[in-house]
Amino acid sequence: MKKMNTRVFVILALLVAAVFSLVGCGGEKKAPPAAQQAQTVEINVSAAVSLKDALAEIQKDYQAKNPNIKLVYNLGASGALQKQIEQGAPADIFISAAPKQMNELEAKNLINKGTRKNLVENKLVVVVPKETKLNITKYEDLTQDSVQKIALGETATVPAGQYAEQVLQKLGLWDKLKERAVYAKDVRTVLAYTETGNVEAGIVYKTDAISSDKVKIAAVAPEGSHQPIVYPIALTTGTKQQEAAEAFVEYLFSADSKAIFEKHGFVMGK
Amino acid sequence: MEWQPVLLSLKVALSSLIFVFIFGVAAAYSMRSFEFPGKSALEALFALPLVLPPVVTGFVLLVLIGKQGPIGQFLSESLHTQIIFTPYAAVLAATVVAFPLMYHSAKAAFEGVDSNLEDAARTLGSGSWRVFWTITMPLSWSGLVAGLVLSFARALGEFGATIMVAGNIPGKTQTIPLAIYFAAEANDLTLAGAYVLMISGITFFLIFGLNIWSKKRCGKSSVKGVF
Repeated sequence: MKKMNTRVFVILALLVAAVFSLVGCGGEKKAPPAAQQAQTVEINVSAAVSLKDALAEIQKDYQAKNPNIKLVYNLGASGALQKQIEQGAPADIFISAAPKQMNELEAKNLINKGTRKNLVENKLVVVVPKETKLNITKYEDLTQDSVQKIALGETATVPAGQYAEQVLQKLGLWDKLKERAVYAKDVRTVLAYTETGNVEAGIVYKTDAISSDKVKIAAVAPEGSHQPIVYPIALTTGTKQQEAAEAFVEYLFSADSKAIFEKHGFVMGK
Repeated sequence: MEWQPVLLSLKVALSSLIFVFIFGVAAAYSMRSFEFPGKSALEALFALPLVLPPVVTGFVLLVLIGKQGPIGQFLSESLHTQIIFTPYAAVLAATVVAFPLMYHSAKAAFEGVDSNLEDAARTLGSGSWRVFWTITMPLSWSGLVAGLVLSFARALGEFGATIMVAGNIPGKTQTIPLAIYFAAEANDLTLAGAYVLMISGITFFLIFGLNIWSKKRCGKSSVKGVF
C-alpha cells in the first residue's frame, strides 16, 4: 500500500512538473512576438448584431490596410450592450440600432457627445419563409387567420421590436396581432423562427432579410409609420484608444465602407 | 409584479416532475436490472442534458418539435396540433433537462439497496413487481425524494431550452427565468429583483424543507450524499 502511495505521488509530481514546464515554455515562446507587436492597438467595438455581416467585411479590409490594428467586435442586442457599457465593459466605440440606448448612455456621460453621428439607416420588413403558401404582400395581410404566430423582437428591449410595435400601432393592427406575437430576445432569433417555419411571419430589418436565403421579404413598412431607423455611432468616454478609434470611425464613413453597407441593405446616414 | 410567470413556472415544473419521475425511475431501474450491448452509451446519452448547454438541448428540441421537425410534423398531421411556442413545449424542455438529475439520484438510491433483501424476498416467492414495490422502492425512497427536489429546482430554473422552444409570450409561456431575463434587459431591476427573490425563496424553502424532513426521518444523516 505504501509503495503504491509513493508511486502515485511520483506520478503526480511528474504531472505537476510537466504542467509547469509547459506553462514555462508557452510563456517564453510567446514573449518575443509580444514584444515585437507591442504597438498593436486593440479597438473594442460594441455594435448592434444587425451590423454583423457588414462589419465583418469591413474588419477584414481595415485590418489588412492597418496591420497594427486589431478590431474586436462585441455584437449583441443594443440594450444589452448599453448595460454592459454601463457596467464598465471594455468598449471604445458603440454602435446602437436605435437612438434610445445612445441617448441613455449620453445622459450618463458614458459616450463622447462630440463624436456622435448617424452611421446608417435601415428599413423594417415583414419576412416569410421562402416556401410559404400564404399570400402576404402588406402589413395588413398579417391579420389573416392563417397567420397564427408572428415573431418580433421584445418590445421593451429590442429596437426592432419597438419599431415593429410602432408600425403595427400606426396601422391599427397592434391590438389584433398582439395575441399572435412571440417575442424574441434579438432580431436574429426572429429570423431563425421564420427560417424554420415555426412562425408564419416575422418582422425584422431589411438587412437581416437580405442576409438569409431561407426567407423572402413580403412587405416593407410604409414611409413614416415608424421613427427613422438610424444607427448612431459614438466613442465612449472610457476609451483609451481615442485616436485609433476616431480613425476607424472615419473609415466607416468612407466610400469603401459605404459600398459594403449598401451591399448589405443599409442606407448611409445623412 | 405579475403573478402569472410564478404560477406558470410552478405548473410547468410540477407537470414536468411527473414525467421526470416516471421516466427517471423506470430508466434507472431497468439499467440496474438488465445488461445489454450499448448500455454505457445509453447511460452517457441520459447524462447529456445535464452537461450540455441548455441552448443546445433547446436547439435539438426545436429541430425535433418545430413545424418542420419529425415530431412536429407528426403532431400536426395526426393530431392537428402543435406544441412549439406553447406551455407544453416548456414542460418538455424542463423534463428533458431535469431527467438526468432524477435518473442519477434514482440510480444511486437503487444501488444503495442491499440486494440480499431483494433476493430473500424472491426466494420467498415474490414476483419482481412485488419486490420492486415492497422492498426496492421503500428502501430507496429518501434518495428518490432528493432526486425529485433537485429535478423540481432544475425544472423551475430552466431558461435556455425553454426560450428556444416555448418562446417568450407574456401571459402564455413566460416563466420566471424568462421574466427575469427580459426585466433585466429592460433595465427594470426592481421587477427582475422581485422575481429573483421569488424563485430563490421557493427553491430555498424546498431544499430547507427536504433537509428537515430527512433529518426527522433518517435520524442525523441528511439525504444520502446529495446535500
